[in-house]
Amino acid sequence: MKKHIKKDPLSLIIIGVAGQGNVVTSSLVCDALVNEGFQVTFGQTYPAQQRGGPVINYIRISEKMAASPIIPEGRADIIVAMEPVEAMRMLSLYGNPRVMTMVNPRPIQAMDISGQGTKYPAMEKLMRDIKDLSGKTWVVPATEEAQKLGNPLLANVILVGALIGSELLPLTREIMESVLRDRFPKALDINLLALEKGIDLVKNPSSF
Amino acid sequence: MPEIDVDAPGNTLLLMGNEAIARGALEAGIGFIASYPGTPSSEILPRLAEVAKRRNLYAEWSINEIVAFWNAVAAANTGIRSMASMKQNGTNVALDAIANLMERGLRGGGMILIDADDPGRRNSPNEQDTRGIARMLDIPLVEPGDFQEAKDMIPWLYDLSEELDCLVMLREVAKIGHTRGNVVLGELPKREKKARFELNPKLSTWGQANLHARVHEKMKKAMERFETAPFNRYIGPDSPDLLIICCGACFLYTMEAVNIMNLQDKVGVFKLGTLWPLPEKLIESRLRNTQQVLFMEEVHPFVEQSVMELTASLGPTGPRPFFYGKRSGHVPSFGELTPDDALRAISKILGISYQSRPAEYAEKVGAASKEEVIPRLGTLCAGCPHRASYWVLHRALTMDGRDGFATGDAGCMSAGFGPSGYFVAKIGNCMGGGIGLADGFGKLKSFGFTQPVIAGEGDSTFFHASIPALLNAVWNRSDFTLVVYDNSTTAMTGFQPHPGVGLTAMGDPGKTVPIEDVCRAFGVRVEICDPFDIEKSTSVMLDVLRDEGHGPRVVIMRHECELQRARRERRLFEVVVNPEKCLGRECGCDNLCVRVFRCPGLRWNEQSGKSEIDEVICSGCGLCVDICPQGAIEKRAIGEGR
Repeated sequence: MKKHIKKDPLSLIIIGVAGQGNVVTSSLVCDALVNEGFQVTFGQTYPAQQRGGPVINYIRISEKMAASPIIPEGRADIIVAMEPVEAMRMLSLYGNPRVMTMVNPRPIQAMDISGQGTKYPAMEKLMRDIKDLSGKTWVVPATEEAQKLGNPLLANVILVGALIGSELLPLTREIMESVLRDRFPKALDINLLALEKGIDLVKNPSSF
Repeated sequence: MPEIDVDAPGNTLLLMGNEAIARGALEAGIGFIASYPGTPSSEILPRLAEVAKRRNLYAEWSINEIVAFWNAVAAANTGIRSMASMKQNGTNVALDAIANLMERGLRGGGMILIDADDPGRRNSPNEQDTRGIARMLDIPLVEPGDFQEAKDMIPWLYDLSEELDCLVMLREVAKIGHTRGNVVLGELPKREKKARFELNPKLSTWGQANLHARVHEKMKKAMERFETAPFNRYIGPDSPDLLIICCGACFLYTMEAVNIMNLQDKVGVFKLGTLWPLPEKLIESRLRNTQQVLFMEEVHPFVEQSVMELTASLGPTGPRPFFYGKRSGHVPSFGELTPDDALRAISKILGISYQSRPAEYAEKVGAASKEEVIPRLGTLCAGCPHRASYWVLHRALTMDGRDGFATGDAGCMSAGFGPSGYFVAKIGNCMGGGIGLADGFGKLKSFGFTQPVIAGEGDSTFFHASIPALLNAVWNRSDFTLVVYDNSTTAMTGFQPHPGVGLTAMGDPGKTVPIEDVCRAFGVRVEICDPFDIEKSTSVMLDVLRDEGHGPRVVIMRHECELQRARRERRLFEVVVNPEKCLGRECGCDNLCVRVFRCPGLRWNEQSGKSEIDEVICSGCGLCVDICPQGAIEKRAIGEGR
């Protein structure tokens, strides 16, 4: 039976650093939502596809209409960040006291623009601030688990699994499995495994 | 993702605005599309190309936009519905052809020009509102306000184009073309496409003194059609306190703002889809029912100025509302707009306060982000051959010691202006501007100009716009070095092929045209280097730079795009920084690899005080092995030593 959304539109941000493949996470989620009969608007920063820059995906979920492809300031409901500094970047623009934040703690250093050295912020304080500024936070070591599965890009599917496990979206595991079947017919097993891992990381947080 | 030609009327697909346009074109029975890549509209052509054979249509990546445009005009003149798609810069390239077509008109088949503008110039050399050419040249113009409309407008536009024997234009902004939304599919036609050119004497241009008058007749008819077009919609009360006239993505931003502020019974949203000529009667009737009007559009005040002009022409008995928008300063007059721009403008005009989040939260997040949000600039990919080329140029220019510099160009080559290209590119312009400027610099010797100049062009740009300037330089003996960064694809924009690759948009073998053959035909010295051989390439560069006095020389830096290679083969090397050899802070190199070379696959480990490889990002190209003065970066061919 189709699930309903509590807020319309429900606003989800999936952010990563170009090259991490967060567009895959987004498009899997969007496909599943459309299959479930929702109106989806999936906006992105018109790609500067060059590596290293932040890639923001805006996903709006509605039961009635196409929504703006950009989320207004302070109005994200869910933020999924492939990288911790990027989680903070999104909180600074779209965060609010109720936002649900899911973060992959694997840092990616930024290019040294000035040639004077780039300081990556202290990890412990960064993670603490992210938690302080979110209604609830899930820390999902997606890259680390993906590397164990043999390919860091599987972090994207692990995060999809984590989203399903968190029950933040009106989607079930069965729906997502059928989307994966359509999308990755040749590499289905490893992707199903990654999905399972993501669900597990959220349902049994003691496992990390 | 199912193919774009799935025959399932009534079904819903999640389509990009561009894919919706492609679907709309199929539903209209399109037969011919030509384009040049690197635009916010670049998904239209490939989606049509992949179904071209079974849908009996021809799809082509052309050499540049004016050539694409001429091609589509020819097809339309044989009765085949055609399309040329581009972005603002491309439309400029095609402008002479567009201007001349408007007076000549079409014979038989409809033709649509798709122009995708890039507000905020996220991926373009300039920010431009190309709607201005519709007014300048009298082109019927529409702009979709969502994804369904992007599809639905296309068949409607073809009918209009054929009724008027006239080119029509659809302008989309990047946030429509590149956003996905639900699109309900329509029927695919079964009609046969047959091309034949016939000279209709009525439409002949021979001996017609005033072709321009015919254009005005067409515009009158277009205005009549626009008055009742389904793309102009009004949502709101009969007499709103504030009427917001909006188009494009601004329609979605405006709706969002009105809903957030709960002003549905005070504010009316008038979404315009047909922008030129304006549906004047429709607009007048809306203006009569309000005292205040706000315009939301990107980028120029195109509708704003047109509506003001219309209002002035209606005289003292016409409506006299107060106009807010770019002129009044309520809406930014440059850059990409957002729902927040609409929220701010409405709040200011109606005097209703709006707060996006609690002040305390805003303060807290502001403080944390100021400290923790580091800037991230786009850079060349790990393994990118352009990084190697720029490293070679950087070295050669430094060793040459005469304060030489490079010109730059579009696409991936824009990195040449920034840190990942070591700032070797100092000046650029439009596509082909790199060589055009160098051609000029190369003639200034009599004014005491002695700096060596390198013209930098990507391979796709070489074919697009560089050949006339090179020919001019050879003829007039301009003194400079042309470097063509040949990565064998148009990588920035999705790996479209070009003549140097010899593959067509539909995947058929085309005739390969090697860049060196073109240059040699002009009689210039041509050197071909692999930039990954840093030593050899640098010495060739130095030699060519100093080979002065007899016109331009050409160096082709040839190495395949790493992303393209990686699609086909596994990585070449396992790369590691040997912590025994890396001297870290103690080394005289002063962090050369992360501070100057700046490949994103290398990172600085604050704790150990040494460099290391980020194994998730490193592509295994092995280039950095040759830049470390200590030999601390080591590579091992994959498969060896296991």
